[in-house]
Amino acid sequence: MDIANAFALLSNFVLVPALAYGAQLALGALGVTIIFGILRFANFAHGEMMSFGAMAAILATWFLQSQGVSISPLPTALLALPIGILAAIGMACLTDRFVFRFYRRKRSNPIVFAIVSVGVMFVMAGLIRIIIGPDDQSFADGARFLVTVREFKAATGLDQGIAIKQSQVITVVVALIVVAFLFWFLQRTRWGKAMRAYSDDEDLALLSGIDPEKVVLIAWIIAAALAAIAGTLYGLDKTYKPFIFLQILLPIFAATILGGIGQPVGAVLGGFIIAFSEVMVTYAFKRFLAYLGPDGWVPDGLVQLLSTDYKFAVSFVILVAVLLVRPTGIIRGKVI
Amino acid sequence: MSFLSATGMTGGYGGADILTDCELRVERGEVAVVVGPNGAGKSTAMKAVFGMLTLREGSVVFDGEDITSMAPQERVRHGMGVVPQNRNVFVSLTVEENLEMGAFIRDDDISESKEQVFSLFPILAEKRNQPAGELSGGQRQQVAVGRALMTKPKLLMLDEPTAGVSPIVMDELFDKIVEIARTGIAILMVEQNARQALEIADHGFVLVQGTNRFTDTGEALLANEEVRRSFLGG
Repeated sequence: MDIANAFALLSNFVLVPALAYGAQLALGALGVTIIFGILRFANFAHGEMMSFGAMAAILATWFLQSQGVSISPLPTALLALPIGILAAIGMACLTDRFVFRFYRRKRSNPIVFAIVSVGVMFVMAGLIRIIIGPDDQSFADGARFLVTVREFKAATGLDQGIAIKQSQVITVVVALIVVAFLFWFLQRTRWGKAMRAYSDDEDLALLSGIDPEKVVLIAWIIAAALAAIAGTLYGLDKTYKPFIFLQILLPIFAATILGGIGQPVGAVLGGFIIAFSEVMVTYAFKRFLAYLGPDGWVPDGLVQLLSTDYKFAVSFVILVAVLLVRPTGIIRGKVI
Repeated sequence: MSFLSATGMTGGYGGADILTDCELRVERGEVAVVVGPNGAGKSTAMKAVFGMLTLREGSVVFDGEDITSMAPQERVRHGMGVVPQNRNVFVSLTVEENLEMGAFIRDDDISESKEQVFSLFPILAEKRNQPAGELSGGQRQQVAVGRALMTKPKLLMLDEPTAGVSPIVMDELFDKIVEIARTGIAILMVEQNARQALEIADHGFVLVQGTNRFTDTGEALLANEEVRRSFLGG
């Protein structure tokens, strides 16, 4: 039995990565849930919105790097993030003005909106590939690790080390700040309350004199800002590949639905549950169990439930199970 | 000219007219009640006064101003408060937030109005931090009335405020409505519980098939043999 080493191993390969991934999913799911709460449709373009914001942040990072601007040891991308946020907000406002508003005026069915958003998704994806190309882009700079395996081992004397990447810490810290700010806005401010009221009952909000167009605009601004932050953090933590933002839509939607559609708290909860499930189901527990078992004993197989190639299946299974068993989600939300 | 006078209202939702030459009047500080059988157009008449139904003929004059073609949201700003029949509270917002949303259009200090609502409905002060969706039917109606009062209306319109509440709660609500009227607010109310409603009414309108059958004081209508037989169940 060696609990300390087992815990260190699990932290290094499961806890820390899942925490960062969960924060990214939570930010993405928050954007989807807010658009659903206010505009009442599933926004399939949200992944590309993340990609678009990240792309703008990357372009700004490259510009800053070429000018020799640096906030080392922090990554330059953090400095460029506001540009990414503004670009995403601009994009969201333009698509709303020229696409979604048309259907809003026609009082279209939510399913029409969802399909329109698929169209927007393809247009945005194409635009992104024209601007930055379909390839991987690296833009991370600054210190790579906050704690390395070697340092951790030296400090604790354990066989197993924990490496903490700077991008992981930044992801979690930024996500915490953003989520805290968002909840403060929704719970405490006049317009935040108006948004919750509008999400609750559109007609009664109208009777109370709440301007629907303004609520919709604020919803897009928040969703786009969240998307840009989530996309940039994801790119910083892993790598920026345009095609990945189509795939990430699945865990984000799963997180949204699992938490309860239209429920911000649920989106955060769902994001972390999906992330931890995905990482844990695809992790090989062989060495972890070896530390916990009697001395000299090692499990025969890898003790891995699913190969990492199948990690998206985890979101799918959770999604289907939630829709079958509890379609309202953990925190009672709307039902699609 | 009355404080609110809706005269000659004729119209419907496209197709056939639901209202024909319907007339409703209220003075400040008075309770006016609209009663009648199911499908008589009571709620429709109220919607017409609030501008949710386009009138083919007739006019709505409110506080000396012709508002016939004004949008409902504008009418709220002009001093009309409305308590719809269904879905009249924000269920996921707390009681206090519901009241704040009622006062959304106001830029001045709302704490005084809030205190007024809390002193009118003490139970709401107790449950101010509870989501409105968790309250009982009667308490919800109090939130709904309170939310409408937060706009500082000159005219308060209630669509069947006692629908689905117990007789005791109904009496309580009616008492509160009279209390609100005493502060100088005009009250226009559609009611299913015709007899009890007419007892507190200064004026009553009996609608049948979208037109006024009887118009009199509440007392006179209760005493009227024909009204009693046909609409109040003997």
